[in-house]
Amino acid sequence: MNQEKLSTETEIVVRMSGVSKRFPGVLANDQVDFDLRKGEVHALLGENGAGKSTLMNVLAGMYRADGGTITVHDQLVDFGSPREAIEAGIGMVHQHFMLVPSQSVTENILLGLDEPRFRMHLPQYNRKIEQMAEQYGLHVDPAARIWQLTVGEQQRVEILKMLYRGADVLIMDEPTAVLAPSEIDELFNTLRSMTAQGKSIVFISHKLHEVMDISDRVTVLQKGAVTSSGVPTADVTRADLARMMVGREVVFRIDKKDVEIGDVVLSVEGLKADNEKGLPALRGVDLNVHAGEIVGLAGVAGNGQSELSETLAGLREALDGKVMVHGEDVTNKSVKSGIRQGISLVPADRTLVGTAPNLSVTDNVIMKNYDQSPIGHGWMVNSTEAGNYATELKDDYDIMVPTIDTSVRLLSGGNLQKVILAREISSDPKLMIAVQPTRGLDVGAIEGVQKLLLEQRESGAAILLISEELEELLSLSDRIYVIYEGEIMGEVLDGDIDKIGQMMTGTRLEQIDTQGDA
Amino acid sequence: MTDTDMKKSASRFKLPFSVKIEPRVDDPPKWFSPMLSVIAVVFALLIGALVIWLGGGEPWKAYAHIARYSFGSVGVLSDTMVKAIPLMLVGLACSLAFRMKLWNIGAEGQFYLGAFGASMIVLLPVLPEDAPKWLFIITMIISGMLFGALWGFIPGFLKAKYNVNEIISTLMMNYIAIEWNNYFIYAVWSEGGFQMSRMFQRNAWLPRFSDLGKTIPFFRGLTTHMGLLFAIIAAVILWWILAKSQWGYEIRLIGDNPRAAEYAGVSIKKNVVLVMMLSGALAGLAGMSEITGVVHRLQGAISPGYGYTGIIIAWLAKLNPLAVILVSILFGALILAGREVQPSGIPTLIQGVIIVALIASDYFLRNRVSITRRMEE
Repeated sequence: MNQEKLSTETEIVVRMSGVSKRFPGVLANDQVDFDLRKGEVHALLGENGAGKSTLMNVLAGMYRADGGTITVHDQLVDFGSPREAIEAGIGMVHQHFMLVPSQSVTENILLGLDEPRFRMHLPQYNRKIEQMAEQYGLHVDPAARIWQLTVGEQQRVEILKMLYRGADVLIMDEPTAVLAPSEIDELFNTLRSMTAQGKSIVFISHKLHEVMDISDRVTVLQKGAVTSSGVPTADVTRADLARMMVGREVVFRIDKKDVEIGDVVLSVEGLKADNEKGLPALRGVDLNVHAGEIVGLAGVAGNGQSELSETLAGLREALDGKVMVHGEDVTNKSVKSGIRQGISLVPADRTLVGTAPNLSVTDNVIMKNYDQSPIGHGWMVNSTEAGNYATELKDDYDIMVPTIDTSVRLLSGGNLQKVILAREISSDPKLMIAVQPTRGLDVGAIEGVQKLLLEQRESGAAILLISEELEELLSLSDRIYVIYEGEIMGEVLDGDIDKIGQMMTGTRLEQIDTQGDA
Repeated sequence: MTDTDMKKSASRFKLPFSVKIEPRVDDPPKWFSPMLSVIAVVFALLIGALVIWLGGGEPWKAYAHIARYSFGSVGVLSDTMVKAIPLMLVGLACSLAFRMKLWNIGAEGQFYLGAFGASMIVLLPVLPEDAPKWLFIITMIISGMLFGALWGFIPGFLKAKYNVNEIISTLMMNYIAIEWNNYFIYAVWSEGGFQMSRMFQRNAWLPRFSDLGKTIPFFRGLTTHMGLLFAIIAAVILWWILAKSQWGYEIRLIGDNPRAAEYAGVSIKKNVVLVMMLSGALAGLAGMSEITGVVHRLQGAISPGYGYTGIIIAWLAKLNPLAVILVSILFGALILAGREVQPSGIPTLIQGVIIVALIASDYFLRNRVSITRRMEE
């Protein structure tokens, strides 16, 4: 749509070539080439962990690249801090805002600057910021305090902060993730008015329709490497992008025994729930899981997966809909009654939710059955029984720990996950909800965890596997649901990665089918 | 490590050893934490000594004096115990709440309410004046603990229901409690216009060792009262609850990671209210035993800040109920015999330095300091 403009103004503002960034154990960026033209919106597309944010953090001076070169306005640069980057005109608006809630908009924008020096002269700066806001259509009251503002307005303050510091390259890290639909429209208008005035924008996202909407060109990253560099958005279809984003590599299949599928264990109908901020996170989820099968739930992070797992376990209130386990209504029952019903949850966050870091291994493995015989005994916890139980689990699950009295905070990620799995599996669950069970683990530990899940399946448990690792889902699951913005987009039986990719970015299964016919 | 090394290489002067500080990768040995408490006390005593010396006094004489007047004879030991009893009970109250990371700063007010609850039995009166002693003791215990529990319930409920910060609410309720008592001693139960109630009749007093003086001469004149028994029983029960019971497990789980507790199906709200009530009841029992064992009347200024000292005691005892007993005796001595040195200055200073040293010493629980000789490098 901006072909004309692109042909006339092809001044390259930023050029990154062969940029690599390595973190312990991960190659986050592998020889990435990226360039940004004046006055364009350049989308950076990729799954979680594809290396989008890392690449832009390198450009914004948060990280230093391990290899490659960056030029800004044809000048070779090597930023040591965000301050140096902003001096070169590059500013980043992060997903999590960095604002002081009790201070006004103007005060937040001026924070950390050399001017004003001593007296704040607030009215004068208020006017200045108002003019700037007017210029780019970023409507916000400079005198308002941050806590009074909506999330969308706070984002505008972050943008103003960068513009005030003289940024002409603006990096937006998943700017729509926190916004309501109407605010997204407004943001897009702002972005357009900024590019019209010569600013260049990098738009990081994993939502295809937004990328199609706003960007002039798009670069796709997959596992740290570029799969498509700077193609004009007008030249590609959503399906193309989905394929480039998800990839098509050979999936490592795990030996799965044939297990007879049993009765329905979990059935969820029209489940609705809100997230912490009170915004709808689940908008009518329907799914079911039978005994003896692993059902995968695919989706990009933040589309309602964690809310779903919490609602099923009784940790979050269901606002509407029904959760049935073995035909019994367990909607909004207490966590404890869920545990008694045989619902077990392997939480996404091992240290924040799954364990008590300063308590011993013993205290951590008895978390779900401390009040049940034989460990619970009257009012007491039978410490001999608890100790035996912990020793047994330590041996069975091969938990590497000097003694069962060791605090779990001293355990490695893999061992911590074994503690959690040992606890959850040994309760002999009927329904197991595993959220990101292999995240952050090394290869050996991943295999161990996957083996445990398959054993559970063979012993007839129903398993809901929630993961962002598509490969893992494909190799473990019997069926896969795809969730997007709190709704199930469809169900895939044959592991068709193209379909999953499109559904993950917001296309319904029915829509894909009709596209195929046409 | 690099920091210290760099500094040292920068200056030409080299120490004959290098100091490395790194995070611990294993649990410190069991004796390590109590040892830090002892070091904190010794450190505080040294600072106190320095101040005494700067003030022109003789620190070692002063300390010898304190020791003699707190532990020197059975008589003064008994007086030390009398001072220690309320400290033990408020120390237990704080330990329980702190185990759940519930910052009950209100033991002082709960102490006052406990004193009120006990006095009420005599002064209202709930029981006739000539009721038997055992009945008085039992009803006063119940009433004192109930009123303390009530004073704990209010901030606990506010925290559970409306997420009101318990530090602020418990602290503020201390002032209400003191003024509540003042109202009764100034207006309702004032004796002849003085700001105190009448003396309780003897059958409302807690038994003391000296009561046995007629039969066992050794106990003659010893003021230690039955409150000591209450405190020891309470410490043992509390230890049992925390270490052995399911409720104690829930408290420890919530204290360490509330989100994990919630995930394990433990109700945090219920436990916040229950723990605050039991904590308040223990502080209330302290007030009751002080009133019926020592003061024998309701009056103002029955506590020289026991409730706040209880906070320090709880920390120094590392929230271990049995250690609270020992630490309280030490503090009883400091308060009692410290007055021999100076009514307020030095003993309070020592308490303050102890708490600062203790908080700072947590650093050594988390980090390992290793000193290696240069030669070995």
